[in-house]
Amino acid sequence: MSKFNHAIIEKNSILLLVLTLIVVSVGGLIEIVPTFLITTTIEDVKGMRPYTPLELKGRDIYIREGCYLCHSQMIRSLRSEVERYGHYSLAAESMYDHPFQWGSKRIGPDLARVGGKYSDEWHRLHMENPRQVVPESVMPGYPFLAKTPLDYSHVDDDLRALAATGVPYTAEDIANAKADLVAQVKPDADTTGLMKRYPKAIARDYSGNPQMVSELDALVAYLQMLGTLVDFNAYDGADFNQ
Amino acid sequence: MTMARAEKTYGTMTTASYAVMASLIAGAILALIVAAKAADTPMAIHASLFLLAFVAGVFTLISRHFNALEHRPGADDGLGYNDNVVKAGVIATLFWGVAGMLAGLYIASELAFPALNFDFAYINFGRLRPVHTSGVIFAFGGNALIATSFYVVQRTCRARLAGEIAPWFVFWGYQLFLVVAVTGYLMGVTQSREYAEPEWYTDIWLTIVWVVYLLVFLGTLMKRREPHIYVANWFYLAFIVTIALLHITNNLAVPETWVSSKSYSVFSGVQDALIQWWYGHNAVGFFLTAGFLGMMYYFVPKRANRPVYSYRLSIIHFWSLIFIYIWAGPHHLHYTALPDWAQTLGMTFSIMLWMPSWGGMINGLMTLSGAWDKLRTDPVLRILVVSLAFYGMSTFEGPVMSVKAVNSLSHYTDWTIGHVHSGAMGWVGFVTFGAVYCLVPWLWKRERLYSMALVSWHFWIATMGIVLYITSMWVSGILQGLMWRAYDSQGFLEYSFVETVAAMHPFYIIRAAGGLLYLTGTLIMVYNCWRTIRGDVRAGEPIIPDANPSIVSGPLAAQPAE
Repeated sequence: MSKFNHAIIEKNSILLLVLTLIVVSVGGLIEIVPTFLITTTIEDVKGMRPYTPLELKGRDIYIREGCYLCHSQMIRSLRSEVERYGHYSLAAESMYDHPFQWGSKRIGPDLARVGGKYSDEWHRLHMENPRQVVPESVMPGYPFLAKTPLDYSHVDDDLRALAATGVPYTAEDIANAKADLVAQVKPDADTTGLMKRYPKAIARDYSGNPQMVSELDALVAYLQMLGTLVDFNAYDGADFNQ
Repeated sequence: MTMARAEKTYGTMTTASYAVMASLIAGAILALIVAAKAADTPMAIHASLFLLAFVAGVFTLISRHFNALEHRPGADDGLGYNDNVVKAGVIATLFWGVAGMLAGLYIASELAFPALNFDFAYINFGRLRPVHTSGVIFAFGGNALIATSFYVVQRTCRARLAGEIAPWFVFWGYQLFLVVAVTGYLMGVTQSREYAEPEWYTDIWLTIVWVVYLLVFLGTLMKRREPHIYVANWFYLAFIVTIALLHITNNLAVPETWVSSKSYSVFSGVQDALIQWWYGHNAVGFFLTAGFLGMMYYFVPKRANRPVYSYRLSIIHFWSLIFIYIWAGPHHLHYTALPDWAQTLGMTFSIMLWMPSWGGMINGLMTLSGAWDKLRTDPVLRILVVSLAFYGMSTFEGPVMSVKAVNSLSHYTDWTIGHVHSGAMGWVGFVTFGAVYCLVPWLWKRERLYSMALVSWHFWIATMGIVLYITSMWVSGILQGLMWRAYDSQGFLEYSFVETVAAMHPFYIIRAAGGLLYLTGTLIMVYNCWRTIRGDVRAGEPIIPDANPSIVSGPLAAQPAE
């Protein structure tokens, strides 16, 4: 066997470039492509639906303020985590998350199932100053959320953009986006359309200020629905074994 | 090829510069339209920033034409390297280093004392944290990589940098990217993808800048007057091309409208998480490792005045490093909803990665064979060698943490933060400091640095800072991980979450103190470089023999034995 001579590669910059590209592509292709092709990657569960327009705007605020840097939304399949936070997170539960919010650090607790765990009033006080309800907390205060009107002038564009990525928002959902957003937060609004389009959506005045649709309304609406869509009582643990 | 005297007058308009000018004008018009129609305030501000930058670019080209030189700068020394852009890069490295580390110190203090958030949106932890991470990784580290790669590729190819406008476009285009990214974070413009936070339009701009960077680098390689491409350039090239691949894939997104600063990623959930951490871990692997190994492969042999230890080892560890690194991403997603097979693959390759990483460390350290005595006299070489030691330490710690059993404890805790900082402060920071201390006297044609004693002070203060930082994060991380999983005798979880937060308080103070020391060291370096550039020499310091092997550096002796 003739001895391989590396000089061929290091005397040709284009060859070096092309070989490098090939070598660095292998791992990514083998790991990433199958997750799109293997159907069991995402469990088939009942209850998942796209976010309501109000929840989506709340999620945008969650992203804007960098909440994901201190709070994960991914309960690992470890006993101590399941006992602390609830059922471990399923891939299906973030199937409409563009982008995902699994996080990488818990300076604060996991929020994957924070929905319904605390009252709206608790969240209002907590956002105003976290140390009002949790004295040892190191979280920043967000008093400005309650005072800032929510800008939802482009919420239909948001739904349209998400539909382009594959989230099943219909033309009807997009056309009604602004009305649905307001209906979810105004106490006396007609919510039949909203409930039909987004089953299990909760309509109420989240911020306690009926005068204004604030950023706090949207954020609390998002937090209060996190992890509540899948009814785990309907499943046996073995249903999720792959 | 001789560069003695170019035929045409250097700096006048050519076809290429007219094309650049036309692109800048087109960009300015587009920016003006976007600014006028912007759907939100951040987009209006950013479009105006782009507009200003493009107009400034046009004026620069015009004034360049009217101030055209008779011949190429540096033509008379027979080498004609383009060093001005490297000088600018070194200054930018120092500036962003201080800015990024200051942001880090501030957010560390916010965690210790949350009142420092002042309930003020623009400086809350969530918005400042990407200012810190992008500030040190992409601004400090990125400028260091661009500057040193431009320096190294010219010397090791014995060729002037390809293009005259292009290298400057890369430099200023990259600064524009950084300014847009950082001001965006403060306004809450973020994709929430760690280390890929800038929004879609900033990503497109970076892609343009990066492609030009690749062309400049590759163009210089192609006109080299050395038969072989030196090993440092393999690493720089792999860094540039792989970052392009990662950046484009991970940032695929659909904007809300074409005039909005908000976008939604094309991928969702589990696939999105996998792609993000494929990107995230290889930002470590190719930006913070391959690129800085390129730096190491030039400055360590140059400073030690010794050839690279093993040519064969550099081949083996280069190809194995770039092949294996790309698989390691899933170790960020252990025990999550990512399929088990992907987690296991990620863990396996992460453990294998230990070997090629140490290949680089060994090749660097052993280069000092026969020159170890210089550690006593040359503090710059000491910084470079300690950077390799930290590289070895964090590339051992990384594989350990990628093991699922260890990761179940370490993940989501400060242990990860400590690990990142032993790599970032110890390896990336120190190898950059070493390169800057080499480059400043070489570029500004000074006999020596202003003060070697100050280099020693920098070294010790920064090392103390790192030690405080990583030990406090080890303790807090392991403590918190153990508290989260502790059970009492009744079989209930022993601690509430907030008890584990309260337990972190002393360690957060120690960590901030470590960061303060590290920043202090950097400020000492800035002062030392500033005095060196001014041409000062501190009185009363002994002259260190052979500290600056040569001002005009030729190619290195590390050529293969054929």
